[in-house]
Amino acid sequence: MAWWRRKKEALERPESGGKISVPPGLWTKCDSCGEITYTEELVQNLRVCPVCGHHHVMPTSERIAAMIDEGTWVEHDVDLTSGDPLGFTDSKRYVDRITAAQKKSGRLDAFVSGTGKLDGIDVSAGFFAFEFMGGSMGSVVGEKCTRVFERALEKQCPALVFSASGGARMQEGILSLMQMAKTSAARAKLREAGLPYISVLLHPTTGGVAASFAFLGDLIVAEPKALIGFAGPRVIQQTIGQELPEGFQRSEFLIDHGMVDRIVSRLELREHLGQLLRLLGSGEAA
Amino acid sequence: MNETRVLDFERPIVELEGKIRELKGLLAGGSEDMAKEIARLEAKASELQREHYAQLSPWEQLQLAKHPDRPYTLDYIGEMTTDFVELRGDRAYRDDPAIVGGLCRLRGRRVLIMGHQKGRNTKENVFRNFGMARPEGYRKAQRLMKLAEQFGLPVLCLIDTAGAYPGIGAEERGQAEAIAASLELMAALKVPTISVVIGEGGSGGALAIGVTNRILMLEHSVYSVISPRGCASILWKNAEAEQTAAEQLRMTAEDLLNLGVCDGIVREAIGGAHRGLTVTAAALEQALSDHLDQLAKLSTEELVADRYAKFRAIGHIEQAAAEASEG
Repeated sequence: MAWWRRKKEALERPESGGKISVPPGLWTKCDSCGEITYTEELVQNLRVCPVCGHHHVMPTSERIAAMIDEGTWVEHDVDLTSGDPLGFTDSKRYVDRITAAQKKSGRLDAFVSGTGKLDGIDVSAGFFAFEFMGGSMGSVVGEKCTRVFERALEKQCPALVFSASGGARMQEGILSLMQMAKTSAARAKLREAGLPYISVLLHPTTGGVAASFAFLGDLIVAEPKALIGFAGPRVIQQTIGQELPEGFQRSEFLIDHGMVDRIVSRLELREHLGQLLRLLGSGEAA
Repeated sequence: MNETRVLDFERPIVELEGKIRELKGLLAGGSEDMAKEIARLEAKASELQREHYAQLSPWEQLQLAKHPDRPYTLDYIGEMTTDFVELRGDRAYRDDPAIVGGLCRLRGRRVLIMGHQKGRNTKENVFRNFGMARPEGYRKAQRLMKLAEQFGLPVLCLIDTAGAYPGIGAEERGQAEAIAASLELMAALKVPTISVVIGEGGSGGALAIGVTNRILMLEHSVYSVISPRGCASILWKNAEAEQTAAEQLRMTAEDLLNLGVCDGIVREAIGGAHRGLTVTAAALEQALSDHLDQLAKLSTEELVADRYAKFRAIGHIEQAAAEASEG
C-alpha cells in the first residue's frame, strides 16, 4: 500500500531471545516487529515503522515539525520553569530532578506552547514533552496549557493539545492536582466562546492529564495503540488482583467503548486535523 | 458514645478520660471541694488534649482523617440540614452509592448537598465501594449540579475519598472523562459552590467535586495529589516509606492554607470529629452559612469569575534567566 514498504531480506532478523546490538543513531530496531530500519529513514517516516506501522516514541521537536507548517511556529512562554514549592525530596531532591531533566531533554519543563499554522489554519497549540519527567503536569505545565486555551480565545483561533503524560507531578503535591482544575476552567471558556478544541491523545496519556483537558476535546483523536486511561494498568491490577484483558486501555479499546472519535495514523494526522478543523468552520472563508 | 476504635496516639487521652470518669463515679455525692478538684483536672486534661492535637504530625493527621469512626457525609447531612431528600442515579447507567446527594435546607436556605460516602462496616463498604466512585458517581454529581444551577441552588460538596475507583469497568465507562467533565462543569457553574474536605481528599476523585468558589477543610482532614502509600511506592519504590511521603506531600489543612488552596479551616471537636460530631457539625454549619452569605452577594458572572480567578492563581512558577536556552 505504501511506497516505503520494502523487504529487507539482506538484513538478518534477530533470533528470538538472541541479543542484537544496534549502534545508536544509525539503526533502530522496531519495538513491535523487530525489524531494523535506518534511523534516518524512520525519522523521515515520522518514526512509524515502515514494516508494521508501529508508532515509536517521537521527540517533541520532531512532533512539532510534523504537525505545524514549516516556518510558522512561534514558541511562547519559553522561560517558565518549576520552582520547588514543597521543598520535596524523595531519593533525590526535586530541584535536582528538574535540573537533570532539563539537561537530558534540553527543555525547561514538560510542555511546549505556541502558535502557528496547521495545514494552513492558525492554531494555538500545546505539546507535551514526555521526555521531561514522563510529561508529568506540575505548575508550569498547567500554566502553559492554560495559556494555550487563553491564547486561542484571544486570537479567536482553535486550540490543539497533544497529550503524552503519566499524570500529575507528585513532587508539587496539591498544586499539581489543582492544575487539573485550572486547565479545565480555561477550557470551559473556550467552549463558551464556540472555538474548537481538538485533543490528540498520544502514548501514554493517563492520570490527571487524562482526567482533565485531554478528555475535554470537542473532538478527541488518538494515535494507534496508545495507552490511555485514568488509572495505570499496574494500579488496576493491584486493586482487582486479576489479569487485565488483552488490549485493555489501548486506543482501539477506547474507540470500542465510545471514548474517542478517531484513531489516526501519525502519517495522516496533520491532514486529518486540518480537515476536522475546516469542517468545524476554522480556516474557512466566512 | 459507642465504644470507639482507638489509635495509638489517642490511647493516653482516652485512658485519662476513663480515669476521670472513674473518679467521678467514686466521688459521686462527695464534697464540693472534690468536685472542684475534678473540674480542675478535667480542664487540665482538655487543655493538654488541645495542645496535643494542635501539633500532630502529618502522619497522625492522616490516621485521624481515615479514622474508622470518623463521621461521614450522611452524618454531617443528618446533623446540619433539614428536609434532606436523597436523589439517585446518573440517568445513563446506574446509581453509584459511593457518592450521595440531594436537596435539603441549611438553616432554612435551600441548597443541594452531595459528598463521597464511605461505609461503617464491611457490608456497607461493599455497597459504598469504600467511598471510591465510579464514572456513574461523577455523572450523578454532574446531573445534580446542573439541577442545582437550573433552580438557582447553591451546591455544597463534602469530600471524603481515597480516590476514584481504579477498575476495569470504571475504565471501560470512561473514568477519566467523567472526572474531566465534572471539573469543567463545576468551573462554569452559575451558582455559589463550596467544597469541604471532611476526611480524605484523594486525588482526581476528590477534586471532581471540588472545583468550587470556596475550599474548606476540617482541621484534621488531608488533601493530596496521591496517597502517601502510592507516592512512596512510585518515588521511593517502597510503600513502607509512606510516613515520609505523608510529610513531603504537605497534605494537612494547615499546609493547604499556606499553599493558597484552602480558604478556611473548620475546627473539630478536641481529639477529632469522631469524638464530637455535634460540635464539629455545628462549626461546619456555621462556616458554610457564613460563606454562603458572602457568596450570595455575587452575581452569576461574578461567581464564575471569582472561581476562575481562584484556580487561575494556583501554582508556583519561576522565570528562567533571560539567557535560558530554548528546546
